[in-house]
Amino acid sequence: MNNKSGNQYSSFNSLMDGIKSQLGILIALLVMCVFLSIATNSFLATTNIFNVLRQIAVNVFLACGMTMVIILGGIDLSVGAVIALSGCTCASMIAKAGINPFLAILVGIALGAVVGLINGSIVAFSTIPPFIVTLATMNISRGLARVMVNNKTVAVNNSIYKFIGTGYVGPIPVHIIFILIVIIITAIILTRTSFGRSIYAVGGNKMAAQYSGIDAKKVILLVFIINGILAGCAGILSSSRTMVGQYSLGDGAEMDAITAVVLGGTSMTGGVGTIGGTVIGCIIVGVLNNGMNLLGIDSSWQYVVQGAVVLLAVGVDFLKKSGMLQKRK
Amino acid sequence: MACLLSMKDISKSFSGIKVLENIRLDVEAGEVHALLGENGAGKSTLIKILGGIYTKDSGTIEINGEKVEINSVADARKNGISIIHQELMMVPDLSVSENIFLGQSKMKGRGFVDLKAQNIISQELLDKYNIGINSRTLVRNLTIAQKQMVEIIRAVSFGVKILVMDEPTSSLEDEEVETMFQIVRRLKSEGIGIIYISHKMSELDVIADEVTVLRDGLSVATKKTKETNKDELVALMVGRNIDQYYTRTDTVQDEVVLEVENLCDGDRVKNVSFNLRKGEILGFSGLVGAGRTECMVNIFGITKRKSGTVKYHSKEINFKTPKEAVKEGFGLVPEDRKLLGNFPDQGVRFNSTIVIKDKFLNAGRYNARYEHEMTAKYIDTMKTKVSSMEQLISKLSGGNQQKVLISRWLMATKDVLIMDEPTRGVDVATKADIYKIMNDLAASGMAIIMVSSEMPELINMCDRIVVMSHGYTTGVLNRSEFSQERIMHYATVEQDN
Repeated sequence: MNNKSGNQYSSFNSLMDGIKSQLGILIALLVMCVFLSIATNSFLATTNIFNVLRQIAVNVFLACGMTMVIILGGIDLSVGAVIALSGCTCASMIAKAGINPFLAILVGIALGAVVGLINGSIVAFSTIPPFIVTLATMNISRGLARVMVNNKTVAVNNSIYKFIGTGYVGPIPVHIIFILIVIIITAIILTRTSFGRSIYAVGGNKMAAQYSGIDAKKVILLVFIINGILAGCAGILSSSRTMVGQYSLGDGAEMDAITAVVLGGTSMTGGVGTIGGTVIGCIIVGVLNNGMNLLGIDSSWQYVVQGAVVLLAVGVDFLKKSGMLQKRK
Repeated sequence: MACLLSMKDISKSFSGIKVLENIRLDVEAGEVHALLGENGAGKSTLIKILGGIYTKDSGTIEINGEKVEINSVADARKNGISIIHQELMMVPDLSVSENIFLGQSKMKGRGFVDLKAQNIISQELLDKYNIGINSRTLVRNLTIAQKQMVEIIRAVSFGVKILVMDEPTSSLEDEEVETMFQIVRRLKSEGIGIIYISHKMSELDVIADEVTVLRDGLSVATKKTKETNKDELVALMVGRNIDQYYTRTDTVQDEVVLEVENLCDGDRVKNVSFNLRKGEILGFSGLVGAGRTECMVNIFGITKRKSGTVKYHSKEINFKTPKEAVKEGFGLVPEDRKLLGNFPDQGVRFNSTIVIKDKFLNAGRYNARYEHEMTAKYIDTMKTKVSSMEQLISKLSGGNQQKVLISRWLMATKDVLIMDEPTRGVDVATKADIYKIMNDLAASGMAIIMVSSEMPELINMCDRIVVMSHGYTTGVLNRSEFSQERIMHYATVEQDN
């Protein structure tokens, strides 16, 4: 048995294992793409592909952070509101006070970190469920965002901000570069750091993690802070794309993120999940929305379809786990 | 006349691993047939096939000489087969009679349950078997023994012909066991065939007529209880002689590794003093609640110390977190695998290497080779049976889970290893493996603390035994002084303050 193990762990094999475990939704994605490229003539156009990637940028930021939180056995409902808080603060600072955009962006991201710190501290040092804690900070953040822009829309006119929102590096939209950076960083954290291993351990069995010498409280705190920072960044992206600060920014974004994470096979009970799966989940959500727009489907119905897709994905996952879809010999 | 139940050539594999191979089991009417075997020998798989939870790959099941197909729990029930599982499946907030009639409610009119009739019938059955329970009592308020009896009555009400009892006495007091046996004898006299699974050899003489021993998925022998004895049965189960069971050579060195003085956690640990030497296996005995586990987790930094000193190589230490203990090279194999040990959704590899993760995960660099080699090495050393390194730990037998958890700490521990009930819920062969590993570790200079409630293993494995009672260390016995009576004497000492 051990002789074989010599080459069992090449990175190629682990990649193949990863793909195998996501095979179901990969096929679903492929089917969608094939269908859309036949049904519409614009789906495969480079501009449209870039468009899809740009549209999912905010969701990728949130979903990558959310993946860590959910693997940890938690949930963070505040991220959508943090988008508004960070975006509105940053936009107002630039537009109203004429503050250096880099500084304003840093403040926006720092606000995300602060909300994450608050979420993380309460979750780590009390027994209040993360659902309740982040529900509260969601309302607080959304309220503060309204205060920040005084319930109005703040328009920004700044070239750096505009570059972040809609710029290109050569032929490539700058958003795509941001997405890649976030994916790589979060994937490295989860698979190639001791801290990442601890996230899986705490989410899988918190007591056992503590007995194994892991500081569970610190892990929880850090994960929520990272998630807050990513949500803060998403706020900047979201605001700079439209060049406004608006308190309705990121409305319902937390649900899109959770959808992508769940589609990507991360277990809501914690302990299991991958960034790769989440990225596929994000692409599915993006392609689905894009496809429905291209097909001219009414936006009200788009919600219905989105909800149905989540139920379908989770349902298939459930059946798979309970062994009902197992192949019979 | 044909047998009541005859299972012939039953085979079953899970993901390519044979767990049962050509098993033969015959049970006559009115017979108590004991099923014996280590964890992982295939007992529960066989029973689940009989109960319709698993389907067999091949073989036949005959009842009264007629071939039957059992593909679901409903099929099993139709054929008069009932299983009383170790974890009782009852609804705590319903009454005894409602639980008995669950799934076969007596109706009056359309859609209304006739509770009164159910109560009367249940009470008649309970009285018939001399079970002093009121049928209207909520199941929540029953003891475990009473719940088991209600489960038996439930099986009887279904018209049971073959009753399977999975370790029915494992959590019962002595008097309760006797009551249980009376009911079993009564069922016997009514011609019900009983398959009785138990680890307690002493019970078999009293209750069983025949015994079938399973080992590694094979039925190795079927014997009349009268014609066999404990040693023979254990040898059959383990596949070797009992005297090879414990392995202990004297490896104690003079150097004191750990010195604990007047340790107190302000709760269950009142005043604990002992010392531990290099190469020593130091046993901890005492009754439930004596504070042994609490003392160990306190040293390990899980709970806060109130007073007292702990010296490690003559240097004072006071771990605030398990992390600090791990850093110093301490190891703790906890008592409760499920609650404190396993990461159930992860494989053997993840579970083995979690404590030493810093060694192969470093600032974005993952040395997969190192992790895999360590895992493979300890699967080898511990002789852990796994289908692959990625097999989920929750899919392993209790013994193999324990081996994985011990591996976890062997990788990380430098010279003090605390093992809390290391052989609890573990089969005989794994126990022998664990004893051997402990002996090897001690020989290599490891200082081991073994907390155990099993006196034979303490007496055979330890160099000295510390006895605790009510949070105090009440005695320390040297090897020459070991006896169950002495241990019990110190374990029941009452402390004044």
